[in-house]
Amino acid sequence: MNVLILIFLPLLGALLALVAKNFAKQAALLSSLITLAIAGFLLCCFTPDASTQYLVNYPWITQMGINFKAGIDGISMLMVLLTAGLVPIIILSTFKHKYENAGAFYALVLFMQSGLLLVFTALDGFLFYIGWEAALIPIYFICSLWGGQNRIQVNMKFFIYTIAGSLFMLLGIIYLHLQTPNNSYDIADFYALQLDSQTQSWLFGCFFLAFAIKMPIFPFHTWQPDTYTEAPTAGTMLLSGIMLKMGIYGVIRWLIPVVPLGFQQWGHLAIILSVTGIVYASIIAFTQKDMKRLIAYSSIAHVGLIAAGIFVWNVQGLQGAMIQMLSHGINVVGLFFIADIIISRTQTRELALLGGIAKPAPKLAIAFLIITLGTVALPLTNGFIGEFLLLNGVYQYCIYYAAVAGLTIIFGSVYMLRMYKAIMQGNTNNLTVNFKDISGTEIVTLFIITFLIIVVGVYPQPILHISEAAINHLIATVNAKL
Amino acid sequence: MINLAWLIPVFPLLGFVINGLGRNLLPKFVIGALATLAVAVPFAISLGIFFEFTGPDAIIIPIFDWIKVGTLNIPFSFQIDQLSILMLLIITGIGSLIHLYSMGYMSHDAGFGKFFAYLNLFIFFMLLLVLGSNYIVMFIGWEGVGLCSYLLIGFWYTNGAYADAAKKAFIMNRIGDLGFLIGVFLIVATFGSATFAEIFPQAQNIVSGDANLTLITILLFIGATGKSAQLPLFTWLPDAMAGPTPVSALIHAATMVTAGIYMIARSNILFTLSPVTLSIIAVIGLATAIVAAIIALTQTDIKKVLAYSTVSQLGYMFLGLGVGAYTGAFFHVLTHAFFKALLFLGAGSVIHAMSNEQDMRNMGGLRKKLPITFITMFLGTLAIAGLPPFAGFFSKDEILAHVFEHNKLLWAIGILGAMCTAFYMFRMLFLTFWGSFRGTKEQEHHLHESPFSMTFPLIVLAVLSVVGGFIGVPEVLHGSNWLANYLNPIFEASNAKMEAGALSHSTEYALMAVSVGGVLIAIIYATVRYVSKAHVPALDSEPKSALANLSYNKFYFDEFYNAIIQKPLDILSNFFYKIIDKLGIDGLVNGLGTGSQEASKTFRLLQSGNVGFYIFAMVIGIISVLIYSLF
Repeated sequence: MNVLILIFLPLLGALLALVAKNFAKQAALLSSLITLAIAGFLLCCFTPDASTQYLVNYPWITQMGINFKAGIDGISMLMVLLTAGLVPIIILSTFKHKYENAGAFYALVLFMQSGLLLVFTALDGFLFYIGWEAALIPIYFICSLWGGQNRIQVNMKFFIYTIAGSLFMLLGIIYLHLQTPNNSYDIADFYALQLDSQTQSWLFGCFFLAFAIKMPIFPFHTWQPDTYTEAPTAGTMLLSGIMLKMGIYGVIRWLIPVVPLGFQQWGHLAIILSVTGIVYASIIAFTQKDMKRLIAYSSIAHVGLIAAGIFVWNVQGLQGAMIQMLSHGINVVGLFFIADIIISRTQTRELALLGGIAKPAPKLAIAFLIITLGTVALPLTNGFIGEFLLLNGVYQYCIYYAAVAGLTIIFGSVYMLRMYKAIMQGNTNNLTVNFKDISGTEIVTLFIITFLIIVVGVYPQPILHISEAAINHLIATVNAKL
Repeated sequence: MINLAWLIPVFPLLGFVINGLGRNLLPKFVIGALATLAVAVPFAISLGIFFEFTGPDAIIIPIFDWIKVGTLNIPFSFQIDQLSILMLLIITGIGSLIHLYSMGYMSHDAGFGKFFAYLNLFIFFMLLLVLGSNYIVMFIGWEGVGLCSYLLIGFWYTNGAYADAAKKAFIMNRIGDLGFLIGVFLIVATFGSATFAEIFPQAQNIVSGDANLTLITILLFIGATGKSAQLPLFTWLPDAMAGPTPVSALIHAATMVTAGIYMIARSNILFTLSPVTLSIIAVIGLATAIVAAIIALTQTDIKKVLAYSTVSQLGYMFLGLGVGAYTGAFFHVLTHAFFKALLFLGAGSVIHAMSNEQDMRNMGGLRKKLPITFITMFLGTLAIAGLPPFAGFFSKDEILAHVFEHNKLLWAIGILGAMCTAFYMFRMLFLTFWGSFRGTKEQEHHLHESPFSMTFPLIVLAVLSVVGGFIGVPEVLHGSNWLANYLNPIFEASNAKMEAGALSHSTEYALMAVSVGGVLIAIIYATVRYVSKAHVPALDSEPKSALANLSYNKFYFDEFYNAIIQKPLDILSNFFYKIIDKLGIDGLVNGLGTGSQEASKTFRLLQSGNVGFYIFAMVIGIISVLIYSLF
């Protein structure tokens, strides 16, 4: 068993979904479940040490030194689990929707999954870049073909932002490639490079831009609220649940260990930007009137904390980032799914027009509440484990940054409870009085999500254990070069 | 029994799950009985532990490894010692009484099952809070009870104002929680652990006044001000009265709001070694006690009077902590739990009888119609006023005696506050039970004493309010002060470090005489005003004196916070969103976008618009490149 099956299986699924026509969604779900089963199998056979497992290394375009080298260590394992786990949930969440040209829609989703899995397992710079772009193209189509009214303009912004970022990254990758003694894109060769600190400084900038836009980190974030709002909800889930983790993963794997001296120079600024983003986005979320936009800004705030936890580069921060990537993925998908349920029933995203839904829809109210609690990091929910470790990591770097970043504890509850109140509590109105409670696949989806929120919060140790050795190894590698 | 301690929180958790799932399926009686049993059984276990535990050392019960990252190791484990045992008894004991009471009080409510599920969940978290053997497990309980408080304040969520009150409680608690959390980080960094048994022995070797320790204790105290409703974070508690009355009795009087005092008592050695923090606590505690007492003087809503009274009494507890009277403060936690739970439940009985009327201006003369409620509340009022030999007298006296040793001015202000307490409590009693009935005919027609399930808890609590003080009778009154001896292992190290300036017996008698005299004067004044002159507070529309206005309007704290925090944040939010995000950053990006759009016109010809074709081409492309290079 190796990682190739994992990466290419979704592509077969995509073809299947194209062919299946009327059964596209069932085909897609089946495909994603098989991928999940394979990921589960890989997890079972995984030894949680610092080594890279399920390695493949085929010469690919030998003239250019490009190899198809991919494998899974503890860090990649969690990212693979995130991708393999969330895609079926996302597909299931779309079951009540009727998409025009559904075959193409689901094929794109699976195509994207393949790209994401490639990103999270690639150990060759060029391969990583291919995965990076391969994940972008499908989401671009999903957003521009199935999105809302302003989709064309919004997508243009999204596309320019991300393409601009990735071009700089490509430049960086090629430059690194040219410096390798053996004409290679291999990550091990990149790690072994001894570049002077000035070179590392601008290389850091190239990679950072790509990753910062993808996450996004303040002030590279303005594509995000628009795109999240205009994209079809499944697209938003893919973007926020999984795709933004490409940027975070990139920082852990391809930025800091590759250019540690560059990190030494710019890391502090990156932390300041991340922490600023937490407060900035939270404050904006206070007064948002549009449900999806509010969630979008809350996501910027949460990702800011993850980024800060990584840039402080200690074991608490990084382990916190790993588990919080999973938790954020679950929670944000849950939130957008709930937004989707409400929007499709009431035809509005305006908080002011909603209210009192808990009365006609008690099941939805419970699910929404649990997801809200996960998002505000209540202990015994998944969000707490991540935020606790992240804040502790930031604290070890500097108590003042921890105090500012910690505002997310307060601010998060302000905007999340405001949203919960505006939608679920108070009196019903014409729009919400006949609100139909969740049923069928909606219950299944939300049950899985809320179940995960609590299980991860109560017993996080198995997850933390998966990435622990790999994180420690990575920290040691970088610290040796500083 | 001690090896069964892990079961204590399991019962209420099971109760929550069963009632939560079966809230619409099970009959009401089953729900109520299950929920009550889920608290009563842990009470029985706690009693067993109480008698079995001989101490002096704490017993640790490990459950599982919760978070382990790097050197940070946070086990999920429980600690059984004198402090947690007493808290267990309060929580489960008063908790079961209030569950029983709720079966009657909530019997007509559509959300009966949900109510009991939440109540059980609250007990679960509260038990975690006191059982946790480290700060993080304590924090689980700490935030968990905050959640239940949110859920129960907003129990009738269709009322927007109630939902807002719930939200406010959660957020204000969260402000404190951030302090708590950073304090814990600092503890972990200083002591390398969050576990009590590893921290406190190390702390004893630190010199008094250590800057790090001072910061830790200030941060922890910030946490306490949120949870225990002290200045400046107290305004959520009066609003929390939006919840059903049993909730006010259980959560917002007897248990949750004392969590801050428990936390400080638990960490007493850290605080003892930080005299600066102790002074801050004493001043904040006293200021809260006085401000809340003054506000309580003019309130007309029966629950609001009790709410401000709770804030005020919590202030006294903090005052006690601040002068190092840990036992006294904890003693007051105990007695306050008895008489304040009683008073709230009594108020609930009144509200129940009055068809949900809470304004005392519409009550009066209820003592004949509600005799049991009246007698029990009367006893509760005597206890809170601090007349001997009722429970409140001993605990308040112990605190005030320590304050006197510490600082005469604080003591004098404390006595004034005690007089206010006696006045507003008797005012409440007189307005409710004396005079003639001022409500509507409809209400008068429905007046009835509450059912046995509601009066039984009142009677039990009334007995405890009368005799509860005897566990801590001081030597000067020829008592043995059982409580102080029992808690000695917890506070031993602190007591050794505090210079003990024992008061002479004659001074102690004099202090008692002054406080009892002051209280009697206040009671007489209240009697003259509300019984002899039958004064009834004026309607809201009538003009009041400036001072009365200030008190009636709660010193305008809410308006003030609104103006200096909420409004500016909203303005900032709009500024960030509209100016920086939309105009600034987006303006820049869109400029770039327009440029590239022009350039892209040429490439449009390649687009056919058939997505299926695109994907097909992409997949085939990738696969063929792969296959080509592999062979």
